[in-house]
Amino acid sequence: MSSTAEAHGHGGGQHAHGHDHAQGDHGHHDQGWFMKYFWSTDHKIICFQYLFTGMFMAVIGGFAVYVFRMQLAFPGMPVPGWGRVTASDYNALITTHGSVMIFWVAMPVLIAALGNYLIPLMIGCDDMVFPRLNRLSYQIFLVSVVILILSFLVQGGAFGGAWTAYPPLSAKSAFNLTPMGSTLWITAVALEFVAFLLGGINFVTTLMNSRAPGMKMFDVPMVVWMIIIASILFMASVGPLVAGAVMLIFDQQIGTAFFDPAKGGDPILWQHLFWFFGHPEVYVVLLPAMGITAEVITVHGRKKLFAYRTVLYTAIATGIISFFVWAHHQFIAGIDPRMANIFTVTTLIISIPVAEMVFVYIATLYGASIRLTTPMLWALGFIGEFLMGGVTGIFLGASGADIYFHDTYFVLAHFHYTFFPIAFIATFAAITHWFPKMFGRMMNEAWGKVHFWVTTISFNMIFIPLFLLGARGDHRRIYDPTHFPELMRAGMQDLRVLATVSLLILISVQVVFVANFIYSIFWGPKADKNPWRANSLEWHAPSPPPHGNFPEGLPNVYRGPYEYAHPDRGEDDHWPQHEPPPEGAKA
Amino acid sequence: MSFPRPVATMREATGMPTGRLAVWWVIASEIVIFGGILGSYIMHRLGHPEWAHQSIHTNTWIGAFNTFVLLTSSLCAVLAHQEAEKKNGPGAARYLMFTTLGGLTFLIVKSIEWTNEIKHGYTITSNTFWSFYYTAAGLHGLHVLAGMVIMLIVAADARKGKELQRVENIGIYWHFVDVVWIFLFPLLYIAK
Amino acid sequence: MISKYVEEGSTYAGDIDQLILWILVITGFWFMLALGVFIGLIVKYTAKPGVKAKYVSGEDPKEKRWVTWPHYATLLFDVVILIAAVRVWTHVKIEQPPIDETVRVVAQQWAWTFVHAGPDGKLDTDDDIRLVDEMHVEMGKTYGFELSSRDVLHSFSVPVFRLKQDAIPGRIIKGWFKPTLLGQFDIQCTEICGIGHALMPGRIYVEDHDTHQAWLKAASPVAAVGSAPAPATGGTK
Repeated sequence: MSSTAEAHGHGGGQHAHGHDHAQGDHGHHDQGWFMKYFWSTDHKIICFQYLFTGMFMAVIGGFAVYVFRMQLAFPGMPVPGWGRVTASDYNALITTHGSVMIFWVAMPVLIAALGNYLIPLMIGCDDMVFPRLNRLSYQIFLVSVVILILSFLVQGGAFGGAWTAYPPLSAKSAFNLTPMGSTLWITAVALEFVAFLLGGINFVTTLMNSRAPGMKMFDVPMVVWMIIIASILFMASVGPLVAGAVMLIFDQQIGTAFFDPAKGGDPILWQHLFWFFGHPEVYVVLLPAMGITAEVITVHGRKKLFAYRTVLYTAIATGIISFFVWAHHQFIAGIDPRMANIFTVTTLIISIPVAEMVFVYIATLYGASIRLTTPMLWALGFIGEFLMGGVTGIFLGASGADIYFHDTYFVLAHFHYTFFPIAFIATFAAITHWFPKMFGRMMNEAWGKVHFWVTTISFNMIFIPLFLLGARGDHRRIYDPTHFPELMRAGMQDLRVLATVSLLILISVQVVFVANFIYSIFWGPKADKNPWRANSLEWHAPSPPPHGNFPEGLPNVYRGPYEYAHPDRGEDDHWPQHEPPPEGAKA
Repeated sequence: MSFPRPVATMREATGMPTGRLAVWWVIASEIVIFGGILGSYIMHRLGHPEWAHQSIHTNTWIGAFNTFVLLTSSLCAVLAHQEAEKKNGPGAARYLMFTTLGGLTFLIVKSIEWTNEIKHGYTITSNTFWSFYYTAAGLHGLHVLAGMVIMLIVAADARKGKELQRVENIGIYWHFVDVVWIFLFPLLYIAK
Repeated sequence: MISKYVEEGSTYAGDIDQLILWILVITGFWFMLALGVFIGLIVKYTAKPGVKAKYVSGEDPKEKRWVTWPHYATLLFDVVILIAAVRVWTHVKIEQPPIDETVRVVAQQWAWTFVHAGPDGKLDTDDDIRLVDEMHVEMGKTYGFELSSRDVLHSFSVPVFRLKQDAIPGRIIKGWFKPTLLGQFDIQCTEICGIGHALMPGRIYVEDHDTHQAWLKAASPVAAVGSAPAPATGGTK
């Protein structure tokens, strides 16, 4: 792979190269603030739009979890900043927390923001292939955000049927008591899907057609592959749920009966449509996080990625298998129990490629030269925490054990051990790693490490108690456990309080991150163009890259992205992708 | 507004123009949307043999006529592509107008048909069969409408000889809309 | 392991607990091993001045076996867990042992209605006992249940029995349990069902033969002896 010496390997390569300078001058004319930051078609600006919107939504999701965790630890006590939490408040808050964190934090930050930033830079071109479609995608996303927030203000309040929105509860206002909130919620979700469909088409087409000359399939950095596979996965799985969302809106507003058993509909149909999307969705957000980890551990470990192709193939295998596991969310939902056996098999099968991916990452550390920088700490933290998330999933995939664990806090702790590492730990790895590129300045390492350690420890101190609560049978979505004697056994309330206190620590320490982030944008030490001595193409662009990305002309690619510590390079332990091979080197 | 085109737009590492590649991805994501609703419909239909009593009230002849109209309009889209290949912009635009006219005929016939059915009491809420009938066909109708709007824009450019490659792209999309109808027609009309 | 926290109250509770224990042992071992290797590698290969990283592509089968062998081990232990899980599942959810008596469970927003067969042991007779949020069973008898819902999804869960089953409007879902422990326990709704989801606590009374007979006599609406009939609710369907 490293011998990819031919500069113009692709049919379109030469053609593209010839135009580079003719087109290089666009975007340099003066733009107003609004045009520059709101109406821009520049992929980097659109990244920031997604990133900051995602961060804002994380504050909403975080506030929701603060309120309902306080209610669980101290039932009935007024929560500072909210007041007394009623049952409908509680249901609306858990629904908001779940849907916001997945659809409006993990998706926009991991896929949209990072995809937008990294794909054009890492494959060496100046923008997405459809810049205006890209802008439209963000604007639709923004509309979905507004609709979601509006749903809190309408009569009846926000939707409270959990992020899974199972009908008939979600379909009839007589059952959920939120006549407007539920429709606004599902409309916002559907719009968000449309935004990401547009974005996904853009991403996939960009990777397929606009790679730098010389960049072959196996020269593409893993994080780009992962975002692309995730986008395809999303496109292939979300369609039925888009149709389902239309059906649900009709059930709510027009009075059709797609999900109403009394009139010939079927509530289980929604569950199939939802989880046919919902389970691949887990991998839609997992894969980019895995990609980030691959980049960070290779750069900061100065080590070639172990078995590049294996990682790629396991990612593809995971994507494919993820379409055949959805009903493991429905073991006890009234589906034919014999079907559960089939889905137990597929669920345990999917653990194999995912486990293999983790093994590959661990193997990459062998013989590395690990620099424990902040991004590296986050990436290593991701591997460790995700391992825990993966292992506890086995309990739930095993149908027999799921009878007991289904809908308990064990499930909740399990998927937070996957989603928190994905949506936060990997995101922090990405932000701290690419911050010098994005803003041209370095973040503070010492505060970064404080943030890492306090976040990681308090995260574990939230969810280990919740595992223990789950083992004691505590079940989810109960706003006040005091009504059930068996949920008030000795010690259970102490565990709830412990989890809540840890959550308060976790939330407070994010202030350190935000302060470090904002301070470093303006006053951090200046970063040069490649502070980590990394190989991939984005580090060849100036920090921050101007409109058009590569002012010295778009790069050509001569080798894969992970050529660290190559024996031919002597003392220099990196070998950038764009650097032409020395004269006379063997091809 | 003038829009500077990035280099990215002009590269073709796969050998397929970016626009056409994107149309195929649009179609791929549309297939799963229609697949979801049709799959749900088929599962329900198998579970409810009594829906046959409802579906006899659909008008197969009108459905067949509309199938014919759409197929003809697809033919026009092919002819428009041929003209575009010959760099004959106005010719391509003319055929695109015929295609749009086909779409318009389809929608008019559809609205007459629906008015008639609603008058006879078969509304979207009267039975889940009719819910599927109106939802699936309505979703398809929206795609026809969207296709027509895009086609008019493409035709306006093509008349001036600009962006002729888009004639093929909208044609591909139009064939897809046509194929969706080819699935809807037997499922909603012929299966009695 | 679970029995330390929640009593085992049915014949299959022990099976499920044992399955969970096995999974814990197997996955726990591999988890600790992987974590140990992971942390060990980090400690061993922290950057030292003058030491360059090794150049290992990992494509060579000789190097790759460090990944493929754990991979096969995962597969092997997956199969072990799979067999154990499917056996337990089949026993609890698919097999249907001979039923001594059937109870009808009707869920609604936000209460449980339990229709007991009454002294004659048959449903849909005059002596059926209909109770809200209260269920009485006799220890050692095998019960079948017919679960239905009147409005939204609910889930019928008796944690001490390790029993959980969603209720779906428009369907009747059957299952079974055989209590083995005297006492009164929680019945919980474990599927979100609206604002009263936390207000659906039922109680199940597992009684010995004599107590149960006495209760049947007292509670049955057509019993000759006994105090006031049990509180009636709206009829089922």
